[in-house]
Amino acid sequence: MSSINKAHVYGDDINTDLIIAGKYTKTLNMAELASHCFEDIDANFTTKIKPGDWIVAGRNFGCGSSREQAPLAIKHSGIQGVIAKSFARIFYRNAINVGLLLVVCNTDQITDLDEISVDLFNGSVIINKKLKIPCEKLSPIMQQILEEGGLVPYLCKRGDF
Amino acid sequence: MGYTFAEKIISKKSGCQVSAGEIAIVQVDLAMATDTTAPLTIQAFKEMGGVLVKKPARTVFVIDHATPAPNEKISNLQQLIRNFVLEQNLVLYDQGDGICHQLMVEEGHVRSGDLVLGADSHTCTYGAVGALATGVGSTDLGAVLLTGKSWLRVPESIKIVLTGELNRYVTAKDAVLAMAGKLTADGATYASLEFCGDGAAKLSIDDRMTIANMAIEMGAKNGVFTAAIEDEDLKPDPDAVYINEYHFNLAEIEPMLACPHQVDNVATVQAKAGMVIQQAFLGSCTNGRLTDLAIAAKILKGKKVAPGVRLLVAPASRKVLLEAMARNYIQELIRAGATILPPGCGPCVGTLGGIPADGDVVISTTNRNFKGRMGNNKAFVYLASPVTVAVAAVLGRIARPEEVIQ
Repeated sequence: MSSINKAHVYGDDINTDLIIAGKYTKTLNMAELASHCFEDIDANFTTKIKPGDWIVAGRNFGCGSSREQAPLAIKHSGIQGVIAKSFARIFYRNAINVGLLLVVCNTDQITDLDEISVDLFNGSVIINKKLKIPCEKLSPIMQQILEEGGLVPYLCKRGDF
Repeated sequence: MGYTFAEKIISKKSGCQVSAGEIAIVQVDLAMATDTTAPLTIQAFKEMGGVLVKKPARTVFVIDHATPAPNEKISNLQQLIRNFVLEQNLVLYDQGDGICHQLMVEEGHVRSGDLVLGADSHTCTYGAVGALATGVGSTDLGAVLLTGKSWLRVPESIKIVLTGELNRYVTAKDAVLAMAGKLTADGATYASLEFCGDGAAKLSIDDRMTIANMAIEMGAKNGVFTAAIEDEDLKPDPDAVYINEYHFNLAEIEPMLACPHQVDNVATVQAKAGMVIQQAFLGSCTNGRLTDLAIAAKILKGKKVAPGVRLLVAPASRKVLLEAMARNYIQELIRAGATILPPGCGPCVGTLGGIPADGDVVISTTNRNFKGRMGNNKAFVYLASPVTVAVAAVLGRIARPEEVIQ
């Protein structure tokens, strides 16, 4: 799992209401959901990102609601994954369950539009092909769920936990 | 070495002895989803190949976030929920019944010692009655519907020792805001909070629910009142291991606020006295209960909401509304100028009713003041107790209770 894409940098405590406002959550249409992603924090978000880009943030990314629409909005906007210092726990589970990549590492040295390459197998994030930052590894069960592409394919295959 | 409540209950529900940090597959006693999360839950269940829900009598769906439905799209999603409930013989609470977390406790669905997963972050409220209850997303809940199980990481635990008693017109909400200020918005991430001490044991069920409800606002997985744990085998051992311990003397708690736009941005009411408000909201899973309506009605009785202020009141359930009517609280609130909304979540989460205007300052008994939370990212939301909200509604500004209550 390796790729090179741009970073879009935000701060600490990016909550689920900022990721997708409550008023937009009542839908099963993923394109519609994605069109409002990050609307309250960055009105240009959906036009400036390119498929495969990364969101980079500080502490406590995804705090707040259990709405799975938050990782779904990010995923369907074309963002490949989120790199942050830490994640709120419900968001963390939800993202893995819907197959959105999450990377936990020190993000202090990452600036907006840096080129990002993530090597999940070796546990590192590479910035502008130079700086290598070590990242945390997922727990075995989360790794298995992510490898299957999310919890739906995981349970389709196994039928049970 | 002893075990915490979280370690004991997850060990019991998984059938193997586990400690903090380990992963366990657990039997889930009770599952819950709302109109925000149920449609995706149903979709995930079907995509997983689900045919029959594993524990239908203990699967509760509640239509509370946007009810009565404001448009056809939302109405159709709610119909999808009703159809699934009928098809699977699940438990449904529909329009006007109330807020999921109130109903789960009020209607006796949650029992002490249950392990509950709910597709709503404030599921942690049921720690008030001695359950391990935590919020999950729709796909996780779909998996619970399919298998009756889920996986959990056993959380580390934080002990919150409460002593003393709250002063008059200081409430459990002020206490939990003080806790959020101390622990911060991510100070308890992944952890289980154990509320203990003689101060915790003396709190009413309504007060316990207000405090447990906001465990998630500190990042916690769950929060339990140890006094509510009935099963001796689940009570935490005296030598259990905690990663942190905090002490709060309830007698020292002041009326508190969480200022925009984060719950840990706390200040005393005194420090913000004089701040002019445009909207006041009394309701939500945090503070829409009978005791909350009672104190607000007592403050507003015979008075008028200040000119330029809109006061909205949403009782937490149909039962709360009926009881508040029987005791004349609702009549007194209406006479004072309040607008009564049907039981539900709408204004708290910006999904229905009471959307503030640009620049509005809102004082609210809810649990989140994130930018945009109430439906407008140009509004400023202050979280407070029902007392502080009622006082601000009368004066049109934030003030200590003594200014209104003789």
